[in-house]
Amino acid sequence: MNSIPSNSAGIIEPQNFHFDKPLNLTSGRILPCFDLIVETYGELNAAKSNAILICHALSGDHHAAGYHSLEDKKAGWWDACIGPGKAIDTNLFYIVSLNNLGGCGGSTGPTSINPETGSHYGPNFPIVTVKDWVTSQVMLMEKLKIIKWAAVVGGSLGGMQVLQWSISFPKRLHSAICIAGAPKLSAQNIAFNEVARQSISSDPEFFGGHYLERNTSPKKGLTLARMVGHITYLSDSAMRSKFGKTVSKFEKKGDNFGRDLRSEELSFGFDADFQVESYLHYQGERFSENFDANTYLLMTKALDYFDPSIDYDSDLSQAFSESNCKFLLISFSTDWRFPPERSREIVNDLLKANKEVTYLEIEADQGHDAFLLPVPRYIEALRSYLNRIHTEVIKNAA
Amino acid sequence: MRPDLEIIQNWIEPESHVLDLGCGNGALLDFLKTSKDVTGIGLEINPKDIQSCIAKGVSVIEQNLDESLSNFQNNSFDTVLLAQTLQALNRPDHLIDEMLRIGKKGIVTFPNFGNWKSRTHLATKGRMPISEFMPHQWYETPNIHFCTVNDFDTLCLRKNIRVLARTVVDSKHQGSWAMKFWPNLFGETAIYHLARNERA
Repeated sequence: MNSIPSNSAGIIEPQNFHFDKPLNLTSGRILPCFDLIVETYGELNAAKSNAILICHALSGDHHAAGYHSLEDKKAGWWDACIGPGKAIDTNLFYIVSLNNLGGCGGSTGPTSINPETGSHYGPNFPIVTVKDWVTSQVMLMEKLKIIKWAAVVGGSLGGMQVLQWSISFPKRLHSAICIAGAPKLSAQNIAFNEVARQSISSDPEFFGGHYLERNTSPKKGLTLARMVGHITYLSDSAMRSKFGKTVSKFEKKGDNFGRDLRSEELSFGFDADFQVESYLHYQGERFSENFDANTYLLMTKALDYFDPSIDYDSDLSQAFSESNCKFLLISFSTDWRFPPERSREIVNDLLKANKEVTYLEIEADQGHDAFLLPVPRYIEALRSYLNRIHTEVIKNAA
Repeated sequence: MRPDLEIIQNWIEPESHVLDLGCGNGALLDFLKTSKDVTGIGLEINPKDIQSCIAKGVSVIEQNLDESLSNFQNNSFDTVLLAQTLQALNRPDHLIDEMLRIGKKGIVTFPNFGNWKSRTHLATKGRMPISEFMPHQWYETPNIHFCTVNDFDTLCLRKNIRVLARTVVDSKHQGSWAMKFWPNLFGETAIYHLARNERA
């Protein structure tokens, strides 16, 4: 890269925050101390009223926008939405993005050294829940001396953290923006997670999670886990168009169902014949080189365990009863991982709880992944909503 | 503001809770919020209108009125509005029931097909009326259930709905003595304020 695009958050330097206060986890275990790695974009105003918290999804981290150096090939995972003049506008807001506990982006997690043993936590890192993440995010908020977020924003598993915020700390946020989320996982969602976990744990290089001590990693298993996950992020129509660019000679004309071949001929063997196969291999392998298997296991468990209604007789509307923020929910038409119905379930419980809620169902071809992509109607809605929020928080502070 | 909305707003109590079915660009809810401290939610399916609502800070839910409104609780709103949308619904009668289940009161406005202009058009030309007020051809109109003031009165009677007030206005949304005496003939837009007749 020769220069940074003008609408980029720019070159970002992550900061580390150390927490000495023990964190009591939902599981009953205690994390005596921990670190969170954080990126911020934009400037905090004098009233400290313009801060937005970004919550990441399964494989995300603190690097949501901008670049770490000019050598970077790719910007942060939500660069489509965060930057000067973008939907989450760094000219208006001070944006905080962290790597969650248990992650592998630099915050304390399975790849960190356990101060009590002097070796990697590995599989002994405690299972953390969405609730635990939110508790740690409040501790970060206090370090940053922010009283109230203008918005807490996240997609997918990030959206679940947003919901948890509105329930656990209702006074600490002005608005909650939950994109492509769900009130809890369905059996089908859990089933896919279990396939991912089994792929990892059955890899001979997994060693019960103690692979770091042996200087190895269950790459094959992690690749498989990512491949199956990746399929659930895309829609059938997105795959058809992605892998249906050329019409093969086996098709007469028009739509080839996304069956682009890797070479001219079928192999009549068990190697990858179709583009979609090699794409998934490539994505999976690349992921397995940069992501920690224990973190992946942990994140999928956090997803499976998420159910904020559990403390409220399984009535989510009761869970929202104390919530004090306004809500924006957005879903995407072809998302089959967390389809629009799942967002509507949240919306209905918010309505039942008499909360201020706006809900959009965006026509988009890209499936679950749409929340990361510049889908025009989605971007415009997010921008307008946040512009309003900005006006409100500035007025409230005045 | 569209003048039927001007009349509607007189029937809405300050600080009440309003559900606007087919809220369009959110102009009425925005006005009610600023002028009467009303809290409200709009339902809309047109993406452009939804975007306008968001820009105004009006809470809006993307939801089709022809599908169920069962996600709204009984008696959860003071007033449920249905402005110039009745005639575009699959089952207007079902929606009226839903309005008065969800809201304590309902307000409905619709174009009166019994207006003399429509009658004359049909009588002299023998064709479905097209006017500035009803600009669509019959085959492409979203308005699939036109009715007259008399038809709507009959529906209310049959459903045991109490008509708290009824006003008709012309295309300039002004009333006149003629409209007062012959609303079904001279009124172009009908505006009803409705409530349930609580059965003993």
